[in-house]
Amino acid sequence: MLDMLARRALQSVLVVFVMSILAFVGINLVGDPIYLLVPPDATQVEIARASKALGLDLPVHQQYGRFLLNALHGDLGNSFIFNRPAVSLILERMPATLELAVAALILSAAIGIPFGMWAGLHPGSMGQKLAAGFSILGVSVPVFWMGMILIMVFSVGLGWLPSGGRGPTASLLGVQVSFLSWSGIKFLLLPALTLALHNIALIMRITEASTRDVAHQEYVRFARAKGVGPMRLMFRHIAPNVMIPVVTVLGLEFAHLIAFSLITETIFAWPGMGKLIIDSLLQLDRPVVVAYLMVVLMLYVLINFTVDVLYLVLDPRLRTKAA
Amino acid sequence: MPQPSPNTMDMNATAVSGTDSATATLPPPESPWRLTARRFGRRLPGVIAAAFLMLLVLLALAAPLIAPQDPYDLAQVTIVENERAPGALSDDGRTTFLLGTDGAGRDMASAILYGLRISLGIGVASALVALAVGTVVGLTAAYFGGKVDAVLMRIVDVQLSLPTILVALVLLAVLGQGVDKTLLALVLVQWATFARNVRGSAMVERNKEYIEAAMGQGLPAHRLMLRHMLPNCMAPLVVTTTNQMANAITLEATMSFLGIGLPQTEPSLGLLISNGFDYVLSHQYWISVFPGLALVLLVVSISVVGDQLRVVLNPKLDT
Repeated sequence: MLDMLARRALQSVLVVFVMSILAFVGINLVGDPIYLLVPPDATQVEIARASKALGLDLPVHQQYGRFLLNALHGDLGNSFIFNRPAVSLILERMPATLELAVAALILSAAIGIPFGMWAGLHPGSMGQKLAAGFSILGVSVPVFWMGMILIMVFSVGLGWLPSGGRGPTASLLGVQVSFLSWSGIKFLLLPALTLALHNIALIMRITEASTRDVAHQEYVRFARAKGVGPMRLMFRHIAPNVMIPVVTVLGLEFAHLIAFSLITETIFAWPGMGKLIIDSLLQLDRPVVVAYLMVVLMLYVLINFTVDVLYLVLDPRLRTKAA
Repeated sequence: MPQPSPNTMDMNATAVSGTDSATATLPPPESPWRLTARRFGRRLPGVIAAAFLMLLVLLALAAPLIAPQDPYDLAQVTIVENERAPGALSDDGRTTFLLGTDGAGRDMASAILYGLRISLGIGVASALVALAVGTVVGLTAAYFGGKVDAVLMRIVDVQLSLPTILVALVLLAVLGQGVDKTLLALVLVQWATFARNVRGSAMVERNKEYIEAAMGQGLPAHRLMLRHMLPNCMAPLVVTTTNQMANAITLEATMSFLGIGLPQTEPSLGLLISNGFDYVLSHQYWISVFPGLALVLLVVSISVVGDQLRVVLNPKLDT
């Protein structure tokens, strides 16, 4: 088990390292960033001096070494546009993104698991067919289009919910959050639903398959024969085993939600780091793009690793097998 | 039991032995493609989705012939006729804008037909290139095993552990916009899925006797891989390819919607939706909604076909 975790940890570090090279090479070496930094009327001497000051005249591997060293100290350069450290720009916007991702995760679990279990226990029923149809739709309908339709129906058409922005936030333990007031929740609802849609379908599908597997096992039939009531059967006997794959997927999907939230944030003008990255990409603000990629990748790798550990905790079979 | 000839698909063998043990006395078995087609034909959702898909492909192919106007020919488009509602008549009274016009006066129905062409073309092309790359990597890993396998599969693992959208984002940030660059990005996010898939089925085949027999004949590696192993890995590969096409089309639309995919000169469905997005807030829904519906219809029908194929090609799931 430790062996496996160590291998996973090593692989995670490798992923981050490879990605840092890619991001660095791609974003710093394609085109000369010095021309983005100096005023257009700068002379050759001034350009040379600025290059030297920024270390842009060094050989590539030395530049990368400096980048890596600075990165390890949490410094990924200054934004060209805001003229502030890129990392702090990202971190400022992270709570908004995390709140959106958590809200979407809760929605997908709250909708996906009950419907999935119901469908799994009633194969062939009308409800199961509806669930299957919904999950195909949910997985294949593009997120951005769904967001637009929700805006059209609930904001433009019915006028119930705002079409974008974050609305009022309140401070919770020093972090600005939306979910503490109804007017804040109103802003959160549509983006969270949009982000969750794909996941609801996925969770429903996995819960259904898992429930179907578990419900046909001997021990469930035995428990039923023994006279265990339907409620107790469901929650004490079936649910725990259904949850193993579901929890894993939920964990992995949380990482996905953070990465994919950039689509939802763009549609709803949600002021998270995803919107920042798209704006920065379009304005060629390279340090912010690199910083975003590194921060999200770290989060991603960290979450994946945590899920691996959780998986071992949840499923005792894996522990004995690996040990 | 005799081994199936190398050119027969595995699913055929399982299906036959599962349902009828007296194969020897029957006429020669149906070709796997025909068997699949017949079994697919029995599944209503699959047939409906396949019919829609065929219709969309035909529309896309015939776009220049059937579209009421060439929406990118400036001689045919006038800005005066912009933002017309669906069903409105053109100023000269000769054409009806069935699905309305956009902000530049383009006929939306025509723009959608042309957009369908671009979306479908990019999705299919990138999935096929990724299929080729992934198949070569997967077969090589399975055939040679050992270190080759370990190295190739580590790369695949790393690739698959990254979210597709981030990979595509980095690439497009580095390379810039363009059809070729979008294609490259789509291939790069897809090849690893194919590689893992092919490697998985090829590993199973690798240990079967017919491969050993073929190796004993001293056939060259490439022939063994392509003529003997690959045909028996086809069934899952067909399903993966279908699903990847749907994914590629969605991802391209998403990138284009975000303004980092295709350039404005290659208006795919995603770009059309993006261009119409601002009009949604002013109740001019048609500019964005109709291209979106076309996109959804395309992606959903491909997904349903893929889903049904998965069931049809795996007799264990077909109940």
